Formats: sequence, C-alpha cells, structure tokens
Amino acid sequence: MFGLETKDAKLLLLVVALTMLAPFLLNPFPVDSAMAQFNAGYPDLMQRFVIFGIFAIGFNILFGLTGYLSFGHAAFLGVGSYAAVWMFKLLSMNVLPAIVLAVITSGLFALLIGYISLRRSGIYFSILTLAFAQMMFALAYSVLTPITGGETGLQLALDDPRILGTSATAEGNIPVPGLFGLEMRDTTEVAMGVWSFTFNVGYYFSAVIMLLAFYLSIRIFRSPFGMMLRAIKSNQTRLNYTGLNTKPYTLAAFVISGMYAGLAGALMASMDPLAGAERMFWTASGEVVLMTILGGVGTLIGPVLGAGAIKYMENIISKINSEILHSWFAFLPDGFEDFIVAIIYPFVGKGWHLTLGIIFMLVVTFLPGGLVEGGQRIAKLFKGKKADANGPKGKTEPAE
Amino acid sequence: MSILEVKNVGKRFGGLQALNNVNLSVQENSVHAIIGPNGAGKSTLLNCFVGKLIPDTGSVMFDGQSVLGRSPHEINQMGISRVFQTPEIFGDLTVLENMLIPCFAKRDGAFELNAIGSVMNQKDMLERAEEMLVDMNMADKRHMHAASMSRGDKRRLEIGMCLSQEPRLLLLDEPTAGMARADTNNTIDLLKQIKEERDITIAIIEHDMHVVFSLAERITVLAQGTPLVEDVPENIKGHPKVREAYLGESA
Repeated sequence: MFGLETKDAKLLLLVVALTMLAPFLLNPFPVDSAMAQFNAGYPDLMQRFVIFGIFAIGFNILFGLTGYLSFGHAAFLGVGSYAAVWMFKLLSMNVLPAIVLAVITSGLFALLIGYISLRRSGIYFSILTLAFAQMMFALAYSVLTPITGGETGLQLALDDPRILGTSATAEGNIPVPGLFGLEMRDTTEVAMGVWSFTFNVGYYFSAVIMLLAFYLSIRIFRSPFGMMLRAIKSNQTRLNYTGLNTKPYTLAAFVISGMYAGLAGALMASMDPLAGAERMFWTASGEVVLMTILGGVGTLIGPVLGAGAIKYMENIISKINSEILHSWFAFLPDGFEDFIVAIIYPFVGKGWHLTLGIIFMLVVTFLPGGLVEGGQRIAKLFKGKKADANGPKGKTEPAE
Repeated sequence: MSILEVKNVGKRFGGLQALNNVNLSVQENSVHAIIGPNGAGKSTLLNCFVGKLIPDTGSVMFDGQSVLGRSPHEINQMGISRVFQTPEIFGDLTVLENMLIPCFAKRDGAFELNAIGSVMNQKDMLERAEEMLVDMNMADKRHMHAASMSRGDKRRLEIGMCLSQEPRLLLLDEPTAGMARADTNNTIDLLKQIKEERDITIAIIEHDMHVVFSLAERITVLAQGTPLVEDVPENIKGHPKVREAYLGESA
C-alpha cells in the first residue's frame, strides 16, 4: 500500500488516525472536571506536537540513520521561520510560498554548513554544527537586525508591501496567514455533553504536512539511500573499501534533515507570524536531540512520540502549581498534605525540567531504544501470553 | 602478466623504517602469499596497496595505473577488494543487507541518491545478493544481524561481499587470524573454491603456515621491511634465509 511494506503502511495508518483524531484523543477529560488541566487538545499545543514532530523526524534522518549527531539543528528551524516571515512581508499571506522558500533557504544553509562540518565526524562534527548555530544565533540577534529584527524578532507590519496580497485588511489590521482564504487561526469548538473538542485549521494543515513528511521519511528509511546511511552508521571503513565515498551520502542526509527543520520553522511562522533569534539558541538544538533519543533513535515513529512527550510535559506539567497540588491532596491530614506537596512541588511547575531529566535518564538507562522499545516490550509481553494460551506454537519474530 | 607491480616502496614511521625498498610483482590469476614475522611490514605494505597509507618512496601500479594518492573507495573501484584482519562488516545490518550494499555500490558507482524507491523493489540487486549468499553457503542466515554471527561466518560474509563486486585482485589480511581450526579449514576450502571458479588474483598475508602452504602459488618473505626471497612454496620451506628469519625458532 502506498508503495510501502504492510508493516510500514500499518504504522502510517496508525499515525494518520492519531493525528486526525488528536482533538478527541487529547481532550479525554470533561471540561469541568479536576483532570481538565491534563487536556492537551488546544490548538496551540496540538500545532506544536506536529511541528516539533516534523523537526524530530528530519533530525532522525540524520542522527538515526547516519549516527552523525548535529548539535545545531535549530539554526535551520530559525532560518525557515525568518524566510517564511519575509515571504509574508513581501509576497502574500499564503503559507505555501512561505513554506517553499523556507525549505529551499534552509536547504542551502544546510548544504554550506554540512559541507564544512562533515569534514569531521564524531564529537568534532557536533561541535562544528553547534558553533555554526551559535554564530547564526549571535548574528541574528545583533548584526543582522535589519533582516532578522534582532532582539524583538521579525514581525509583520501594516506597511509591508505584500505585492500579491494586501498590506492591511479592510478593518485596518495586519492580515493573518492562510491557505487560499482559509485562515490558519480559524477554530471550531464542538461541545459534546460534558466534553469540548477544538478543531483548528492550522493544526490540520500542519498535521497533513507532518503526515507527508512522515511518509517521505518511511520511504527514505526503506530506500537504497537509507540503507547506505545505516551502513555509514554501522561501519564507515567497510563502506569506503566497498568503493563508496561516504561524504555525498552524509551531506545529502544533512541537507534533507535541514530542509525538514526549515519546514518545521516555516510552519511555526505560519501558525504565528513572527520569528525570533531564540528559536536558534543551542537549547532548542538540544531539545530535538532529547526528543529523538527519548522516542527512539533510528525508529520511524520514535521522534514523533518523543516530540509529543516533551511538548506535553513542557505545557502541561509546567502548569501545575502548589495550589493545584494542595487541592489534590486536600483529603490528607494537614501536616502530611504539606509534606507530600513539598516533595512533589520541585518536579512540577517551573521544575518540569527536573521531571523531564529524570524520565530521560530512566529511559536512556533502562530503555536504550526509547519509548518505542518500551512499547515493543509491552507488546511482546502480551504476545507472549497469547502464544502460551495457544500452546507452544508461539512464533518468534525477528527483533525490529 | 603481473597485475600488481610494486617498485622500491619505502615507508618510515618516525624512527622506524617499516618498509625498505620493497619490490614485488603479483601475477594475474595467481595466489600470492606475503609472509614474515611480526613487525616485518606485511600490513603496512598491504595498506599501501589500498590507499590507507601513502609510501614515502616508490610506486604501486595496479593493471598499469598508479594507485598512489587515490582514496580507498577509488582504488576499490579500480578492482581491488580487501578483507580485513578482523572482519569489517555492517554489524547492525542483516546479512542480506550486508550483501546488497556492495551490489549497489558496484552498480551505482560513487553516489546515487535513490531515496524514494524501496530496496525490496530492486529485484536484480536482490537476486544478485541472494545468489552470492547461496555461493557463500549462508542463505539460511540472511535475516540474521551480521554482528551476531560467529567469527568464521563473519569472515565468509566479508569475503562474499568482496567477491560480489567482482574484483580483479582480492587482498586478504590474515584471513584466519583468531579462528578455530575447523573455521580455518573451511576458509581454506572456500578460498580454493573461489580460485577454481573465478578469474581472480588473490594476494594473501598470513601467519599460519598451514594456510600459506595449502593455498599459495608464490610466496614472498618479508623481514624487517625488506623482501628476503620470492619463490614457489616448495623452495621457500627449505630456504636457509627464511629458516633463519622466520621459521628459525620452530625449525
């Protein structure tokens, strides 16, 4: 199906179902219930899930397949955002040309940075990419202010030319990004009983793009090119002595993953048309590394899961404050309640990084294959039981 | 006709003259062994053939063309394949994928960006790789991870990967090092079979005299970076210089 093996097609269909039904799946708790704060089905967060999913999928093509750990991938995200916003300023508020220009620009940057950085491998490659990203961040923040908007970031203005669109709407506002009249911020709220679900144009647009990006990454993983990339990770010496120059392969992978990052950056700008230098800061580059490792390096769906997990924690756990904690543990005796809250408090709210750090350490230590490996182990547990029930015929399947 | 012509090759590492004025000529379609005690410069010499090292002096000609200054992948494309002392295979990949990669490399040359088509749709490449696996007698292991195989199987796979490129010269660097006796004998049989079935020149570096004398048609003895003698195996066995330099301790 779709030119994919059955197993991959099933995975793709699963991801299609998850993304399309996300507004329902992420809002499982009734609006008025105490658990409602764990609902993640609001447009802003759902958009971030899929956009960072794209970013991580692209990063995984480089890191997961070739093993080259880029520590400056956020630079391409930033380049994509700036390019998209400039397109909104100069051409029109249509997101398609913005996305196309962003992908091309970030691809060109990736070509240049990759060409230089890939002269080295291992830690030196990581440091080179980090250096480039930090240079670009510093430039965007200061010297290049006319292009990047410097500290305030690049924003739309009423006097932007927008030669194919309008500089200002009839009401005198700055127009909003859209797709042939469909505004990205358009949102429909549907109340069903005690539940409420939000459907947002921007989310569905980003989700469709993510599905395309995910599909493309499956094709790359299963292609001869993808096999060569895995061979580079496995044994570069053998590949060299097999008559292949590894550099064009790693460079192509670097450019492709840079373009994915540019795409993600363009989508961020399409959802909220401004771009700031902080998007290129090294912590943003580190975040995508965390997402990929947390989800499962070199797996197809891992980066998407990792991106989702981290963004969920960032937005949901960080909102829990001491009052909410007190209300949860109100049933306990007073002194004991304070004690429990005092223990949990450092891990929530602004301390969500601590929770992330602990989860990350646990995953890396006990599940080196990330969340995907965790899922596989659980699935094996169930399959094992089923096989026992059916007698000793349980078929052993090769590990993925 | 000689396929590999080594003239006056010298290589110095700091204070150590690893190779000194080495002259060597490997005849086409022969099995040529290079033997010598530890530190004689055998591996250094081999590394000069494949582009890993560049000699300080002298020339290395393969089929009339110099290999010096070319990178390993270019030399491989000229028709030299190398088997390493510790098998260099793609441990994270399956045996079938290991065999597919040299097939693709042979077909596509230096670089081919085929990022959309599926490997499983490349029927001709799959057939070729499967054929080679059958030849190597490891078709039943095709879905195994290469790293999980025994040393002997890894060696077999590596030799198969080199052969699937149809090289004109196969270089073997101590192919039986660290192997059990049974695996060693299997490897000897495999190499004999390869020699019979294919038009191929084999240059082999080896420590194990049993292997050398059961395979080689000509033997060059290296000692302290200089060739002592070059002759057929029968004459090498009893050669006084060789006994002194190499077999001395055991003879």
